[in-house]
Amino acid sequence: MASGMQAVRSSAPALKRQSMPRAKRAAIVGIPAFFVLAITGSASFGLVIAALIFCALYIPAWKTLPAGKWVVPLGILLIAILYPIYQPNLFDVLVFGNFPSVDTGVSMMIFIMMALGLNIVVGYAGLLDLGYVAFYAIGAYTVAWFASQHFNGVTLHVGSVGVAESTPGIHISIWIVLIVAGIFATISGVLIGFPTLRLRGDYLAIVTLGFGEIMPQIANNGDNLFGHNITNGPQGINPIDPPGFGNTLHNAVGLPTDFQSSINSTRLFYWTALLLVVLTAFCSARLRDSRLGRAWIAIREDETAAAAMGVPLMRTKTWAYAGGAFFGGVAGAYYGSFKGGTFPGDFYFNISVFILCMVILGGMGNIWGVILGAAFLSYLNFEGLANIGAWMNANGVSSFFFGGDIDVPLYTSGIFGIILVLTMLFRPEGLIPSERRKQEFQEGVHDQPLYDLEHE
Amino acid sequence: MADLLTAEGVRKEFGGLVAVNDVDFTIPERTIVSLIGPNGAGKTTFFNMLTGVYKPTAGQIVFDGHDVTGRPPHVVTTYGIGRTFQNIRLFQSMTALENVLVGMHARLKGGILRAVFKPPSLKREEKAAREKAHDLLEFSGLKGHDDEYARNLSYGDQRRLEVARALATEPKLLLLDEPTAGMNPQETAEFTGFVADLRANQGLTVLMIEHDMRVVMGISERVTVLDYGEKIAEGTPQEVQSDERVIEAYLGTAAVS
Repeated sequence: MASGMQAVRSSAPALKRQSMPRAKRAAIVGIPAFFVLAITGSASFGLVIAALIFCALYIPAWKTLPAGKWVVPLGILLIAILYPIYQPNLFDVLVFGNFPSVDTGVSMMIFIMMALGLNIVVGYAGLLDLGYVAFYAIGAYTVAWFASQHFNGVTLHVGSVGVAESTPGIHISIWIVLIVAGIFATISGVLIGFPTLRLRGDYLAIVTLGFGEIMPQIANNGDNLFGHNITNGPQGINPIDPPGFGNTLHNAVGLPTDFQSSINSTRLFYWTALLLVVLTAFCSARLRDSRLGRAWIAIREDETAAAAMGVPLMRTKTWAYAGGAFFGGVAGAYYGSFKGGTFPGDFYFNISVFILCMVILGGMGNIWGVILGAAFLSYLNFEGLANIGAWMNANGVSSFFFGGDIDVPLYTSGIFGIILVLTMLFRPEGLIPSERRKQEFQEGVHDQPLYDLEHE
Repeated sequence: MADLLTAEGVRKEFGGLVAVNDVDFTIPERTIVSLIGPNGAGKTTFFNMLTGVYKPTAGQIVFDGHDVTGRPPHVVTTYGIGRTFQNIRLFQSMTALENVLVGMHARLKGGILRAVFKPPSLKREEKAAREKAHDLLEFSGLKGHDDEYARNLSYGDQRRLEVARALATEPKLLLLDEPTAGMNPQETAEFTGFVADLRANQGLTVLMIEHDMRVVMGISERVTVLDYGEKIAEGTPQEVQSDERVIEAYLGTAAVS
């Protein structure tokens, strides 16, 4: 008790001391930004509240207080939880326009989940996986098989909601299918990992690239796989059952029967997705700080030394693959249920690269960084670029530069390429780098140039 | 004294090059054995076969009752062979403490599910491991460096950390590959004392590759000399020092006087 009191007393001046530079920094950047937003966007009450919340979270050095490390994460979580409620009253931002809709929010959450999964493979274990979309596809097809009318030869209902008892096909509760999808993806991760993880570096990247290419081909041509219709080919499989809690729980505790027919459908999907993201982030953090997490970093740094210290290389790498695959699978299954269908077009190679971009932009190995990178890039993809395009067309920017209106979302891949190049040039360690990566980039990598170019 | 490690007819070929040519070799328990020879004599190749990095072309290696010939490195480490590297191979972006914890990998439990759910047993295990790692660092002369990144340690301290990390694997046999390379005379003397102490107090057996003859002659009971992949001499430091072939191949006349 006494030591606790002492901790509080000694941390109070530290809090004040460390908060001052943050307040200055916030003022230098924040005040002009606030006025730009207020003048150009719609100056609203919401803007003031947003600014106040930002200051409250950013300026005080919460970490100096006991248990203070939870303040900022919980604050951000609260902002995310309440988003669907205050979203309609938010102010407009210059160029970007509206804040993302709740619907876009769900997609963003799903991509955050996948980026966190890939972060385990790439960020922690340092295995460059260019075929991550394969796990996403396996998750999505798992939900399509076990919660739709695809296999209409059988009629099996296990806790399904939103479909009549007599509907043919396998209908299993989405909550169960999410876990099953994760497990299926994990198994496939182990199977793919077994032959590929013996390879190092570039070779691994090329082989995973191959698997990433094979996946949409199987999905596309799977309507007649040795005489069986597995994926229903290019038409995809739909409709997929929605998640929900069924009548019993609805009548007892008021939980929604099924998400799709609920009035707040999008909000329900949003909150569930947010819960999945929190669980993923939690697992990522636990893994990072575990014995396994240390072994991953050791392998990334030096395989030979790691093996000599008793780390079994194949098994440890396979666990990284399996862990990453699990979250990819769950994300894929949830996306299938959210969209109500699974289509081969969702699993092309560019999605793998897209998710990798999120991890690199945000900061490999850092959970907050990856969340930020994934949220930003998926926002641009789903809504942001369209908004920017609309603004450019409306304000004559397009006609000035390009001589007419342009359709900005058409150039998505190119724009992401530019973002990636700029990241590599100006902040190669990512927006929020992990402490380790920062070290690596500050010190430089092992291939030093033969002589210093600046002295030429 | 029983032999902790026996190597019989161990041979390694890289294409047409015979790096190690049918070497027989034993290490008695609780001894300090040195492996010397000119550059390119096959010393490190021999080391790498003992630790499973290379698979011998022919021959058999038995360690502590286990046939370790061609077993992967992590298995060999589990049996009780710990090693350091000729060129320091620490995990540079990990702290000193984390480096030692990686060394304990095989001695700890905790798979992917326990890592996520973190039951009390795991928490206890982690806490004990951290305390032990802390003690090992202190024992190896790295007191107060727990949270420093390996890359920020001085050269001598990095060498020490390599040894601490190898000790964390709980070895019966410690292999040191040129441990005093780049150390100044005082550091070398300290290190020699440290190794002698490891054997005396921890009951470790040590095999080291070393070029510094003062170290070799000072603490080893037995010296084996390799040249062009072949064992040309073996015996006490005095015997080896006066061996004609050794003088010719390696030591030169200065070492005799």
